Amino acid sequence: MEAKEQAARRRRWTILLLQSAPLIAFALVLVVFASLSDRFFTLSNFTNIVTQSSHIAIMAIGMTFVLLTAGIDLSVGAVMYVVVAVLALVLGDLPVLMAFPLVALLGLALGAVNGFFVVQLRGLHPFIITLSTLFILRGLALWMTDTRMVFVEEPIMALGRTSYFGVPWAIWMFLAVFVSAWLVLRETPFGRQVYAVGQDPVAAAKAGINVPMVLFAVYCICGLCAALGGLVSIAQVAAASSTFGFQKEFPVIAAAVLGGTSLFGGRGGVVGTVFGAILIQTVENGLVMTNANPYIYPLVTASIIFFAVLIDSQRSRIAEAMRRRSIRVEEG
Amino acid sequence: MSSGAEILRVEGLSKSFFGVEVLHQVSFALHQGETIGLVGENGSGKSTMMNILGGIHKADAGSITLAGEAYVPGGPRDAQAAGLAFIHQELNLFENLSIEENVFVSGFPRRWGRLPLIDRGRISERTRQLLDMVDVRYPPNTLVGRLSQGERQLVEIAKALSVDARIILFDEPTTSLTRRETAKLFEIMERLRVQGIAVIYVSHILGDVLRVCDGVQVLRDGHLVGGGTRDEMTIESLISMMVGRQIENLFPERDTKPSVAPALTVEGVTQPGVVKDVSFILHESEVLGLAGLMGAGRSELARILFGLDPFEAGSISVHGEVLETVTPETCMARGMAFLTEDRRGEGLLMEASIIDNAGLPSLQSYANERTGWIDRTKLAADVADVSRRLQVNTTDYGSMLVKNLSGGNQQKVVIGKWLLRHPKVFLLDEPTRGIDVGAKYEIYKIVNDLVAEGAAILFISSEMEELIGMCDRILVMNRGEITGIHHRHEFDNEKILETAMRTSLDDFERSH
Repeated sequence: MEAKEQAARRRRWTILLLQSAPLIAFALVLVVFASLSDRFFTLSNFTNIVTQSSHIAIMAIGMTFVLLTAGIDLSVGAVMYVVVAVLALVLGDLPVLMAFPLVALLGLALGAVNGFFVVQLRGLHPFIITLSTLFILRGLALWMTDTRMVFVEEPIMALGRTSYFGVPWAIWMFLAVFVSAWLVLRETPFGRQVYAVGQDPVAAAKAGINVPMVLFAVYCICGLCAALGGLVSIAQVAAASSTFGFQKEFPVIAAAVLGGTSLFGGRGGVVGTVFGAILIQTVENGLVMTNANPYIYPLVTASIIFFAVLIDSQRSRIAEAMRRRSIRVEEG
Repeated sequence: MSSGAEILRVEGLSKSFFGVEVLHQVSFALHQGETIGLVGENGSGKSTMMNILGGIHKADAGSITLAGEAYVPGGPRDAQAAGLAFIHQELNLFENLSIEENVFVSGFPRRWGRLPLIDRGRISERTRQLLDMVDVRYPPNTLVGRLSQGERQLVEIAKALSVDARIILFDEPTTSLTRRETAKLFEIMERLRVQGIAVIYVSHILGDVLRVCDGVQVLRDGHLVGGGTRDEMTIESLISMMVGRQIENLFPERDTKPSVAPALTVEGVTQPGVVKDVSFILHESEVLGLAGLMGAGRSELARILFGLDPFEAGSISVHGEVLETVTPETCMARGMAFLTEDRRGEGLLMEASIIDNAGLPSLQSYANERTGWIDRTKLAADVADVSRRLQVNTTDYGSMLVKNLSGGNQQKVVIGKWLLRHPKVFLLDEPTRGIDVGAKYEIYKIVNDLVAEGAAILFISSEMEELIGMCDRILVMNRGEITGIHHRHEFDNEKILETAMRTSLDDFERSH
């Protein structure tokens, strides 16, 4: 019995360790970079990190909804590009108060296209569907822009310089999205149903949940967040080249997974996602601060993503083993 | 004790699937505060009966009256709305949600009127009351994933109570519960009875059925063959009603005798929580049956023997040689073959041809030694050979997709794929599940042919008649242990069922 208890204790520790992996990684990153550069551990640098990570964080929050239903949306970077192209070429110098709802609507609509096909083509994995929309939307944006660099007008650019109470506009946006998403997921019937659908769609249908509606909605939300991410990003950089939003899906998915959201659905949440996004940005920032060779950035980011997926699979494997049904009931 | 008013009346209910009648003119009544047991062998129609009541299937003929009104549910939601809660054997709970969220997931009460915010205060208050009724002492916001099986069962009951169920259907509620949890469940059921809630209780554990039910109805092959109050019934009388009919000439004769040479020797195989101290010897040219109730550990044992699942103690030898490591590869190398019970999920690639399926385990032996390329002509010829021998009902081995074959023919493809490797020890897990009578006979003949060639066969089946008709000896498993061995000359359906159920019988006698 001694050995059994020990095994149980070891397993509890392993699970605890795996669950707090993002926190541990974050602490580790802070310690390493702080010891390598004295400019790193400063308030202004942290404001900088959060500002730079806000567009990824916003998009990753949308992605979290999709991942929670065991889906995936690869088209977020392309949605971002299309939205910015429309903003630059069509909306022109519309005041922010007009442009903002139009951008949000466009994101919702593009997300709705994904959602529509995911629900209608149940046999096709969202991976394939959103991979297709990724190419279609990128193609669309390239055609609209003639592959040339596009610029946004002053009203949007002004946003990038605006601060309220000393906090940059991007961070306010990020906070607003984060708080609403957190509320929706935790405190609304829809949010809880997202978790239920991700855990077991068949059981969810049996419980009377409108599963297709929930799936459709999460892709709309993801599209909306991608559009907002695009807006935040373009306000910071003012110009979009033909590689704008290119491969953004990777850091976005990585941020969510790194924050503990499972690729298999049903587990995770936006608090972890925000952590993941900031962690990724912190690493990049730290590499800059320590004058690391720029060519190793992708290497480091890739290792982080690998690490995130590895942790996720281990978590799932252990959870699976714990769930395995016992036939014999050993009386205690 | 069935003093209450009649709440449910089932009249002449019939149901067929694909022309096979699974329920025939079933009629019975249920009163308020009454608990009736529904018993029968696997495939006797119990689940179909429950599924019709629960709104999952539609009856072909007959009528159901619920509290005086015609009841024709269009789906599970209708059943729920009518006050009928169905607690499935596989619980319908979300482990990643809390207890209160699980109870209300179908319709959350909202805060401040129509705002889409969950009224946490109300759901936790209501859940607390419900949990009190079923004696679960956890805060309502505890994650369901942290509860034991028994506690989850009770949460499922609390959920049923939350929609004011008047009738609760239990499908095998105790299979994964500990003894203590089972006692708790029965206590709660007693309380439901006092509140006037009617219960239909489906279980294989006859001792339990006689303990908790006021009356019992016995189903056999879709017919209601008997029933009565608890006092009129004994476990023995229930078993003989369940088994009933005589075995006719459903099985081909086999004139070979088992040899004395051991083909598969299993000694003390143990895996905590799954099987305990399992030992037996399977001889060459022998068909050794493995009987037991669902969840007794038969399939799990087969998976362990084929190296698919781990075991902690014990040894497995093939033809006298101990397997040092037990993996599917080493097992196959020693001439073992495993037919899984899940033919569609694990046994076949449904979207591939017969050749692609059959060639899979033996691709290595069809590869050219120098280039590594597969000799397609030889493979196709051998597959055609085997398929003809097994009388697979098509000659289009190269392009006909396996999913378009009938169940019986699919099973032949599975057997064929192993035959290409010329195995000597077969583990057959429910080889005739879901295939029709004619195809079953053909599978039996194939088994006999294999035995005539010296193969040893471990035959797992839930159909007692099949085991009695096919096996030289029958091992009985119960809760992961071998509880009896029966030899061909002393086969007795009732005795075997009794061994399979013995622990529950002992419990029953002890408690009375």
